[in-house]
Amino acid sequence: MTSVASGVARKKKFTLSAILIRISSLLIIGVAVYWLGLNLTKDPHQFAQVTINGLNNGLLYALIALGYTLVYGIIELINFAHGDLFMLTSVFSFAILTELFGAQGPSAKNYALLLLVLLMTMAFGAFLNVSIERLAYRRLRNAPKLAPLITAVGISFVLQWIGLRWVGSVPVNVNTVLPSGKYEIAGVEIAYKTFAIFLVTVPVLILLAYVVDKTKRGRAMRATAQDKDASRLMGIDVNQTITFTFAIAGAAAGTAGIMWAQTIGTVSYNLGFQLGLIAFTSAVLGGVGNLYGAVLGGLIIGLIQAYNDGLAIGPGQRWSQTMVFTILILLMVYRPGGLLGETAQEKV
Amino acid sequence: MARLNTPAMLKINNITVGYGAITAVKGLTFEVREGEIVSLIGSNGAGKSTTLRTVSGLLKPKSGNIEFLGEKIDGIPGHEIVAKGICHSPEGRRIFPKMTVDENLGLGAYLRKDTAEISETREHVLELFPRLRERINQKAGTMSGGEQQMLAVGRALMGSPKLLILDEPSMGLAPVLVDLIFETIETIRKSGVTILLVEQNALAALRIADYAYVLESGHLKLEGDGSKLADDPAIAQAYLGG
Repeated sequence: MTSVASGVARKKKFTLSAILIRISSLLIIGVAVYWLGLNLTKDPHQFAQVTINGLNNGLLYALIALGYTLVYGIIELINFAHGDLFMLTSVFSFAILTELFGAQGPSAKNYALLLLVLLMTMAFGAFLNVSIERLAYRRLRNAPKLAPLITAVGISFVLQWIGLRWVGSVPVNVNTVLPSGKYEIAGVEIAYKTFAIFLVTVPVLILLAYVVDKTKRGRAMRATAQDKDASRLMGIDVNQTITFTFAIAGAAAGTAGIMWAQTIGTVSYNLGFQLGLIAFTSAVLGGVGNLYGAVLGGLIIGLIQAYNDGLAIGPGQRWSQTMVFTILILLMVYRPGGLLGETAQEKV
Repeated sequence: MARLNTPAMLKINNITVGYGAITAVKGLTFEVREGEIVSLIGSNGAGKSTTLRTVSGLLKPKSGNIEFLGEKIDGIPGHEIVAKGICHSPEGRRIFPKMTVDENLGLGAYLRKDTAEISETREHVLELFPRLRERINQKAGTMSGGEQQMLAVGRALMGSPKLLILDEPSMGLAPVLVDLIFETIETIRKSGVTILLVEQNALAALRIADYAYVLESGHLKLEGDGSKLADDPAIAQAYLGG
């Protein structure tokens, strides 16, 4: 009899906490919607403006977040060096486009050079990421999980050091080739730079989604992520597939790297830490391992930051990071698997 | 049934396989002839799955060698062995749960480039397992155990194997399904595929086998025609649960 009684009690407590969680999450969503609605009605133009700024940054975050999520998806490693890889690609693009080719300020020739260096930077990111995997992570494929994790932190320092040697300790201004003007639609100003970001990142994202979802290589990637031995039995070269994954993760970071340098206008050796953290958060927010989740997470964090920093009624820029991570913590409480992730499926 | 008089397709010569300090298979020798069903039976931990994984290149033998159609294949990585014509439906099914049935079957034909013939094979597999056709766009992980097993066998067949390796195809299935699986194995053999089968359902495995090998703690204990072993009272007592 006692066991039955305690069982009932436990069940009651469980439903009470479930109700509390439900109510509190609805409250939080309610406050957020009210806040956004208030700003939207007060100044719709500014709201639209801020939204576009948010998407602008969000797309860059999404590209970096993809690298975290692709690598985690396939070898279950949080690649802490990925932010610094992004940093090095931005430094690389600066060194080639701005310094070597001397492409500064807008001109038809410089746009062509931008495209050329975009491809070079993607190749550089891919090459660097593949080399890191070959030299460091592959040897630790069967080691306890902590070993590759620590190695990733180590690689992160190595890349930062290379960046430090390359551009020095002070942030360097990049004289962008993108035009500085604005385009106005219904009172909302969109910078030409923002168009450039959309023009470059959206096709890259679509291309990536196509590769992963529709091509044979992509199927091999998804199979390898699920079961390596079974993939071998299908005739999939697992090592080659992992190399390919690191290559496209690096290329995505390269795309973000050059666009960052050209639109934000500075490169610095410690950029990777800050951006890496935000991108990693995006990947977790969206559900790490899920490609669309990474893009969604990146866009959401871009928007949160923009709304927080730019809306008339809001906490303001000082609270930017606090806001981002508060939302991450809340999401982890209510949806531990991330927005598009599977619900709490712990792999042991 | 008795051993066929065809040339040997797969020859295992004195292989020893282990994981770290543990030796799972010790000096094992056997062969599979073209067109045969050969069963490996034995209790848990006898080294059956280890042997199959070694043939498929997932494990490397510490010593000994493996020949397939006269070519040495030990030490070749797993994905290259598939290209030689050995397809393996592993223990525990190991289908790709987040992919659809169709995608799983597609991966079975990963190395093939003969598009027209792939769709022929696919049609053949779907005829063999009509249930898979009903579930063709369903995520494989959401199917029942029996359906997943059919998918695992079907996926291996998609590689158009010369030698099909089946590891515990009846594990965890309801008796009706077990019968269906064994019937299907015979159908597959009639279509010209040689089969190497590991089964815990030893009696059923011996009944359909031309020849069988009994393993015990990594050693070859006994061998003989499947039907003879099935009728052997000593075997019955030791491996068939009385």
